[in-house]
Amino acid sequence: MNPVIKGYVLPGLPHLLLTPEANPGWQKIRSAMDKVRDEIAKSEADVLMIYSTYWPSVIGHQILARPEAEWVHVDEQFHAVGSIPYKIKADRELALTYVEMAKARNLQAREINYHGFPIDTGSVVVSKIVNPDNRIPCVVVSSNVYSDRAETIVLGKAARDALLKQKKKAIAIVVTSLSNRIHDKVTAPQDDKIHSLKDQEWNQKFLEFLGEGRLEDVSQLSRQFHKEARVHKVGNFKPFWWLASVMGQNNLYAGNVMEYQPVYGSGAAVVSLTPSSKAARDLEFDENDPESFPGERNVLGGGEPAAHASLRELEADADIDVGAEIGADEPDDLEVEDDAGAGSNPR
Amino acid sequence: MAKGKIVAGVLAPHPPHLVYAENPPQNEPKAECGWETLRWAYERLRSSLARIEYDVIIVQSAHWRTNSGTHFLGVPHFKGLSVDPVFPNLFRYTYDLKVDVPLAEAICQKAEAAGLATEMMRNKDYRIDYGAIVSCHMTNPSWDTPIVGISSVGSARYFNMDVLQAQMFKLGQATREAVEASGKRAVLLSSNSLSHRHFTKEPALVEDMSFEHINNHNQYLWDMKMIDLMKRGKSREMIDILTDFTEQASAETDSGALSWMMSAMNFPDYPAEVHGYGTVIGTGNAIVEWSQA
Ligand SMILES: [Fe+2]
Repeated sequence: MNPVIKGYVLPGLPHLLLTPEANPGWQKIRSAMDKVRDEIAKSEADVLMIYSTYWPSVIGHQILARPEAEWVHVDEQFHAVGSIPYKIKADRELALTYVEMAKARNLQAREINYHGFPIDTGSVVVSKIVNPDNRIPCVVVSSNVYSDRAETIVLGKAARDALLKQKKKAIAIVVTSLSNRIHDKVTAPQDDKIHSLKDQEWNQKFLEFLGEGRLEDVSQLSRQFHKEARVHKVGNFKPFWWLASVMGQNNLYAGNVMEYQPVYGSGAAVVSLTPSSKAARDLEFDENDPESFPGERNVLGGGEPAAHASLRELEADADIDVGAEIGADEPDDLEVEDDAGAGSNPR
Repeated sequence: MAKGKIVAGVLAPHPPHLVYAENPPQNEPKAECGWETLRWAYERLRSSLARIEYDVIIVQSAHWRTNSGTHFLGVPHFKGLSVDPVFPNLFRYTYDLKVDVPLAEAICQKAEAAGLATEMMRNKDYRIDYGAIVSCHMTNPSWDTPIVGISSVGSARYFNMDVLQAQMFKLGQATREAVEASGKRAVLLSSNSLSHRHFTKEPALVEDMSFEHINNHNQYLWDMKMIDLMKRGKSREMIDILTDFTEQASAETDSGALSWMMSAMNFPDYPAEVHGYGTVIGTGNAIVEWSQA
């Protein structure tokens, strides 16, 4: 059974909720998100499984598990656009299973269930627009600032494990902009545009793939996209790794770019991906497909590198001594997985 | 009216762990102990500041990030609950603070005149970020002095550290001029850690100090280099190598607060008082005071 019945890519700036009418492009995005709202309402989803790039974390992966969170949210930057009172219902049972499954795959994870926890702007905006009456509960997971591909792929697999374990059907949503460079001074709505031609071209390339349902290709292109079209606030551009992973890591989708417009300089796209039996593109990838997270590689610290589970598995499976083949003293040269290893954690 | 003055500038880092370990009534989670070397450093800072008269605390926070220019708190009174988005297990703090809005507006106007993009934050529902709260609480737990809250901008990531520093020098000058024109005596807080690579795991008992140490030796060496320059009164030299430091030690000086404060204080050439240094979840934190009183 495929537990994910549909995937969406949605933008999360507050203008789309509070003042879409101020710019014709914003209104188009909003109308597309309203269509998503209708599609979700008609779906048989039990839960919205959300990964938000607007929610950074440091201690592993935080998973929203508050049955009913209520607050008045104000974006730290776009406070002038207005306040957002919200009520968000989470599927705590599923969130706790997600935590458990993440831990089983060697990830650091915990539930977040505190009154007044600052749910991020993106999650608030998206859930208010596409699930306004909380008909379907959600589970939101944070985006760890240090994590990279392997860890994020594993995080996506843990989400899938949790859905399978609880026999729930989900709509998977990533809340993210494409290019994320916003205007660096107050800019009137009518003057909005994608920040640069380069951002525009990369967004279009990405959307071409998404429109063809080539989610796995987009996942593979994420590193390059991060270099070219993202302001480097975090280690890498991760949402498509999570989405591809939770949706089954293939190109078997019908893609639909429902809208694409600038929002305050960033590239805002509304995209749907529906599982299909026809492959959008028959490509194979030889990048490692990690099942569990082997830990950070301790490239800065003086201690022992974290145990490299996938390398050990490889050794055991193939009955070869990988260390002897390529030099046991050079573990970091091995492209066994793609953790950029920004630092160490000897704990 | 007498000319106003910046009476002190403080490097005042904001790990929520410090407030957590202090167990003030405002914070809901309670700790057994923890991070004493840093908390004692803040105690020494407080005794030092108790000898100075001041009317306002001006804090620039790494955790109020605005990429569309520098923003200033523009509402006279804020009351609410601040929950740390990263360490909600440690920091759920009920705050009640006053803002010196006229001074904030004056700095904002001068910064704008200097060519910076600026904005006043007038939304009454706005929630104060935990970084500003932690630095202000640890400096002045009685909260009997109004604050001016300034956001940090993302220029270090949008462009590079040199662009950020050029902007912060202007903001520092604007701050100094506005303080002088106000007739007030101000303490500045640069709310940031030094080296800033965290561990991504924490022990079950977060205040178990047997787990606490610097993330990596490289960071430690860099922190010591910076502190040495502070102690020797070489703030210009410190600022000159801040780009390298920020990059090599993943330092939180990418918020620009230290550059802002040094510029506002006209790059002090006298030794700073280092009240203490310690690590929090692997990051390097120093409490350092430049007194001009
Ligand atoms: Fe910080």
